[in-house]
Amino acid sequence: MVLNMTEGPVKKPVNGNGCCRTSNGVKPGMNGCVKNHLYQQHSYCSSDEKSSHICHNGGIYKRPFKESFEETPMLVAVLTYMGYGILTLFGYLRDFLREWKIEKCHNATEREEQKDFVPLYQDFENFYTRNLYMRIRDSWNRPICSVPGAKFDILERVSYDYNWTFKYTGRIVNDVINMGSYNYLGFAENSGVCADAAAEMTLKYGVGVCSTRREIGNLDKHEELEKLVAKFLGVEASMAFGMGFATNSMNIPALVGKGCLILSDELNHASLVLGARLSGATIRVFKHNNMQSLEKLLKDAIVHGQPRTHRPWKKILILVEGIYSMEGSIVHLPDIIALKKKYKAYLYLDEAHSIGALGPTGRGVVEYFGLDPRDVDIMMGTFTKSFGAAGGYIGGTKELVDYLRTHSHSAVYATSMSPPVVEQIITSMKCIMGEDGTTLGQERVQQLAENTRYFRRKLQEMGFIIYGNDDSPVVPMMLYMPAKIGAFGREMLKRNIGVVVVGFPATPIIESRARFCVSAAHTKEMLDTALNVINEVGDLLQLKYSRHRLVPLLDRPFDETTYEENED
Amino acid sequence: MDVKRFKEYISWLYYQYLLVTCSYVLEPWEQSIFNTVLLTVVAMVVYTAYVFIPIHIRLALEFFSSLCGGQHESTVAIMS
Repeated sequence: MVLNMTEGPVKKPVNGNGCCRTSNGVKPGMNGCVKNHLYQQHSYCSSDEKSSHICHNGGIYKRPFKESFEETPMLVAVLTYMGYGILTLFGYLRDFLREWKIEKCHNATEREEQKDFVPLYQDFENFYTRNLYMRIRDSWNRPICSVPGAKFDILERVSYDYNWTFKYTGRIVNDVINMGSYNYLGFAENSGVCADAAAEMTLKYGVGVCSTRREIGNLDKHEELEKLVAKFLGVEASMAFGMGFATNSMNIPALVGKGCLILSDELNHASLVLGARLSGATIRVFKHNNMQSLEKLLKDAIVHGQPRTHRPWKKILILVEGIYSMEGSIVHLPDIIALKKKYKAYLYLDEAHSIGALGPTGRGVVEYFGLDPRDVDIMMGTFTKSFGAAGGYIGGTKELVDYLRTHSHSAVYATSMSPPVVEQIITSMKCIMGEDGTTLGQERVQQLAENTRYFRRKLQEMGFIIYGNDDSPVVPMMLYMPAKIGAFGREMLKRNIGVVVVGFPATPIIESRARFCVSAAHTKEMLDTALNVINEVGDLLQLKYSRHRLVPLLDRPFDETTYEENED
Repeated sequence: MDVKRFKEYISWLYYQYLLVTCSYVLEPWEQSIFNTVLLTVVAMVVYTAYVFIPIHIRLALEFFSSLCGGQHESTVAIMS
């Protein structure tokens, strides 16, 4: 259901008028004044029986599914644009001074003999880096000097020339609470079962074999890992890669090519985008988690076929992620699987953030929705986040995996995974599955779910604007104004909390945010400390933008006119 | 005690001003330029308002009062 502030009186009668609504989710009649707002707040609920006559997909969701994207308050948006305006003006002033050699130029410039060539540093991204990012650069890329667990140590650094260079003071900021690592299950440890097993494996196997899996780099550990991953996911077969990013960017080109169609979510990670572009297939982008948009694209693809020739597409591949790392939203997988079956497309699911972090036993978004993993054609995920290791996997049918083994670039050319890393994955995965004879892994999954709920709930109660699904351990908190990005990072570090702040180009320019990642390793005390500090800094920086009172229950029915019919 | 609280309030207000206008991330000399320009603009606006608004209000009042059936100035002039 959309609470769209700009078009209330016009849209209301249409919403109330049940007969206008068609059953397959096509929006009734065009509504001229409706703006396409990506981040409209929509609550999405389909658990209760009484709303099933409104929900066309009421039976699919087995649990309440609540996501919110509160709209930006108008005043905040205006002030944010004003701030960027001021910074841009000063950026032009500084560029002018540098151009006329009035001030020393620190950044990269064209050499004298290149001055008649195409300019290299004139586009907006460079301007942004030089004049806006540079001013608050100290909030990023902070070097740490300990294991990035629930707490870590940060090397203190200072800058005497406004962030152009940094100097290390030699001091260490100890015991900073880490709210930034993707360490969902807390397996990033330098002691314990996983670390011991990895150390033992280093002594036994060494740190790596300098060859590919196809040649002489295939170890028994790799095969053991692949069997374990397949068992963990509940699929026929799987294969592991040494690099998570390359798993996406090198396997998509092996799966689709010219004459195929890729339907990609607009907020997909760069690795999926790169893979899609490398494949040479036609790419069409649907609105984030918007099933109407996806269905329209699918219909068009089936009806019209390829452009000009109108031949049918060879394959249609839908690319989605489990949890979107910038929005904290969870993919509407039941809807997507229904669509995929209806239109006979293939589904590629990137579980980079969701594997281990979602579902009652940590099996990811498929288990979270209680679906069958065989309905997802290609299950991809990484070992980098929940398992505290490195690399990625692809799971699916045996045919798929055998095909990829011979055709994927990252399977054929890449060096095989390092045995200690493999051992870390095996140990942590067995721990999650309970195969080590303890319930430790299960407890961690439980702890993460509890921590997530608690942390999100508390932040919402404090009045911050929090994006995403209530069950997602990625918690984006909106900051909006450019000065507040830097100020938030600095003030939090001053109070011994390490946070990640995100701005353009990773987000739309006005929607800068801080992103907390909740971990199972966080104790309640740590979370409370962090929450108190966030509360304090939030008051100091006036970050409590939210104008929504917390709704106690999810009794607002899902309304299919949530989604804008997109025209492009 | 009150003076201290007032001072704190002013410094908090100034901090908010820094954050909203992004002066927070500007270098000191840029900040002084920005503050100077802003102060000048505000001062000029206030001064112009002070000088011209009373005149405009008077003119507007005269205009509307003449519209609302007030006696015409020229007729007054002829009568005398």
